[in-house]
Amino acid sequence: MKRLLRWLWAAIVLGLAKLFGRGADGEADAAAGRDAPTERIVAAGDPDRHAENVVLVLLALAGACALGFVAVYALFSPASLPNELLGLCLGLCCVLIGAALTVVAKRLVVTEELEDDYPQPQPEQSAEVAQIVHEAGSRFTRKRLLLAAGGMTGGALAVAALTPALSLGPFWDTAPLDRSPWRRGTRLVDQDGAVILAADIEEQTFYTAFPEGADPENIASPLVVIRVDPATLQLPAGRAAWAPYGILAYSKICTHAGCAIALYRKPTFPVLEPHDALVCPCHYSTFDPFTGGTVIYGPAGRPLPQLPLMIDADGYLRAGGNFSGRVGPSWWNVREPPIE
Amino acid sequence: MTTHDPLENPVRFIDERTSAAPLMRKGLRYLFPDHWSFLLGEVALYAFMVLILTGIYLALFYDPSTAKTVYHGSYVPLDGQQMSAAYKSVLDLSLSDKAGLLMRQTHHWAADVFVVAIVMHLLRVFFTGAFRKPRELTWVVGLVLLIVALLEGYLGYSLVDDLLSGMGLAIGYGVGLSIPVIGGPAMLGVFGAPFPGKEDFFSRMFIMHVLLLPMLLATLIGVHLALIAARHHTQFKESKRTTEKRIVGAPMFPAQAPRSLALMFFTVGILFLLGGLVQINPIWQWGPYEPWLGTNGAQPDWYLGWLIGALRLMPSFDVTIGHFTLIPNPFWGGVVFPGVIFTLLFAFPWLERRVSGDRAGHNLADRPRDAPTRTAFGVALLSFVFLVFAFGAADRLFVLWGLSYNTQLYIFRIAIWVVPPILFFVVRAWCRSLRAADAVEADRHAAEREAAARNAALPG
Repeated sequence: MKRLLRWLWAAIVLGLAKLFGRGADGEADAAAGRDAPTERIVAAGDPDRHAENVVLVLLALAGACALGFVAVYALFSPASLPNELLGLCLGLCCVLIGAALTVVAKRLVVTEELEDDYPQPQPEQSAEVAQIVHEAGSRFTRKRLLLAAGGMTGGALAVAALTPALSLGPFWDTAPLDRSPWRRGTRLVDQDGAVILAADIEEQTFYTAFPEGADPENIASPLVVIRVDPATLQLPAGRAAWAPYGILAYSKICTHAGCAIALYRKPTFPVLEPHDALVCPCHYSTFDPFTGGTVIYGPAGRPLPQLPLMIDADGYLRAGGNFSGRVGPSWWNVREPPIE
Repeated sequence: MTTHDPLENPVRFIDERTSAAPLMRKGLRYLFPDHWSFLLGEVALYAFMVLILTGIYLALFYDPSTAKTVYHGSYVPLDGQQMSAAYKSVLDLSLSDKAGLLMRQTHHWAADVFVVAIVMHLLRVFFTGAFRKPRELTWVVGLVLLIVALLEGYLGYSLVDDLLSGMGLAIGYGVGLSIPVIGGPAMLGVFGAPFPGKEDFFSRMFIMHVLLLPMLLATLIGVHLALIAARHHTQFKESKRTTEKRIVGAPMFPAQAPRSLALMFFTVGILFLLGGLVQINPIWQWGPYEPWLGTNGAQPDWYLGWLIGALRLMPSFDVTIGHFTLIPNPFWGGVVFPGVIFTLLFAFPWLERRVSGDRAGHNLADRPRDAPTRTAFGVALLSFVFLVFAFGAADRLFVLWGLSYNTQLYIFRIAIWVVPPILFFVVRAWCRSLRAADAVEADRHAAEREAAARNAALPG
């Protein structure tokens, strides 16, 4: 029964094709005067008008979506953010075209399973290539010398060509990495540039400070400033005067990978961790401000540099000198003064 | 010779001018073995296409400048904030320009899907042994492609200059600085000055992201495809017809073309649906970056998660002599770890040849069980990388499940060394038993056929 229907379909389609003068296969081509292939190359298959209808419907819907995209774009104002509708229209349009193509692939073109040889290596041709190269050099008497000279000249040219790249940065002059804007006497200012009174620094709070008049974006600029009970401090020897009234300043840049020490952590388990700590949120390096910025957790390999503080006659916070160590992520050249 | 109208007979027209007909004839009937897993690479290709198209659009609006401006745009919570022109231009294209947000989100989704597809494709090629002779070069080019794609993605989200991208750049700077001897000079060269770098740095990143690396990616993709076409796809041993010498598959035209095009439209469509409907990287919520700002819970795009995990897993130490730092800590997680993984992958075709002694070319792909040692090694290596990756999200796991970060740190530090060897032996034994079961099954079939043949031969 099914077979009969298929035959019927085929007959109808063939009849239609005859009627409109353009066949599905070679006949019409022959009629048009082209050299018609005598044998089919692509395997034959039955037509499927139903699938064609599905493709037509899917394409129409996709076209409607594309027009919908244009309409949404035109009608909405930027403030109302029609992002969802725009994406929906464009995305659906593409998905519908994909669906139409799937129907084409599954129902309207034949899926042939063909065989072919895998490409094989060509030893004779390879040998000939080698031979040509070899014979081309047969007039040279000092092949190695010439090759070496050519290689050296090429190398020199490559070095010359790369030299302008040195203008990209200071490269071998690494002094900028060690530069710090802090000097003895530099006043501390807040993010708006206002000088900071020592009396305004309270306990249990976390301040960010910068050197007055310097570029705040320099990674040696930003400080973490906190205030603690001076009796609880266990700073390394020689730093006794660095924290007047328990006010401490550390570089705000983590010595591990350069993120900002943006977290101030209360002890999670006071028996083991009696101190508040400074934490970098990137890899959770944790520094103890009470003991001179030593690493108590996380991957950082060296302490947070401490900045000595002093209070001037007007009560403003000033740097008492430069940092105890180099600011920022460690590198090959970092020399770390010992913390006694 | 008759002249042919290019519209009437375009093929003839072209052939008379290029002699390309034999190539076209061959190309139309180029064979594709049929297996779903062979389409993963195609998904990557189509995601790349979306990246190029949406990227061109974004580049028309983006301003690679760190000049400070004050924001007075349509996003009120940031009104009056000082920020870079770069960040402002991305805010504006996201919130004020029609279709800008769709393009940016689709671009971001496409980048994530691009790398997912490459990695899945890599795993398929690895576990089926499709990297073996004569396809080692395709494997090597594919790995270079993956590395460039990772770098390209990193630069892409760094360009936005929001808080998260700035934190990512700081870490990149820290990792670069940690390379012994050359770290400092190299980072000064790349950034032009100590972090956050000279004003030129953003335009340098921009030209890398929109011109140099995309050109490199496109070239590598071209070479990758040319190498595939030169040697054809591998195929599974599915019937007597599929052999090392003969490929069986559907021709490019007409069978494969609509399939591939359908996949292309599905990929593009799904990426635009994601870009329209599923929010990704809402940069206006992070605010502008300054070197003194940071936030908890920051995560990179997924494909850099393995590196953040490795950086976090490292115990606290710098290698020093006295007070002279030789190797800073980030070098291990940020350089050595990915370096070792990629070196292993690059060398794998030759390593395997050396261990197995198999120097022959292979057009038939293995099933994972067919090469128990390779499969076991691959699973072990993958589990190692995956565990490190998972630890990169330990702070999120803490938020999700309340599992202490510290407890996780010690569990993962042990697990990354214990789990891979266990998996190696388990997977190898499993593959071997599957293979043994296959052999028993094959014997049974052979015996049955033999018995049937004998019965048929019986007289009467």
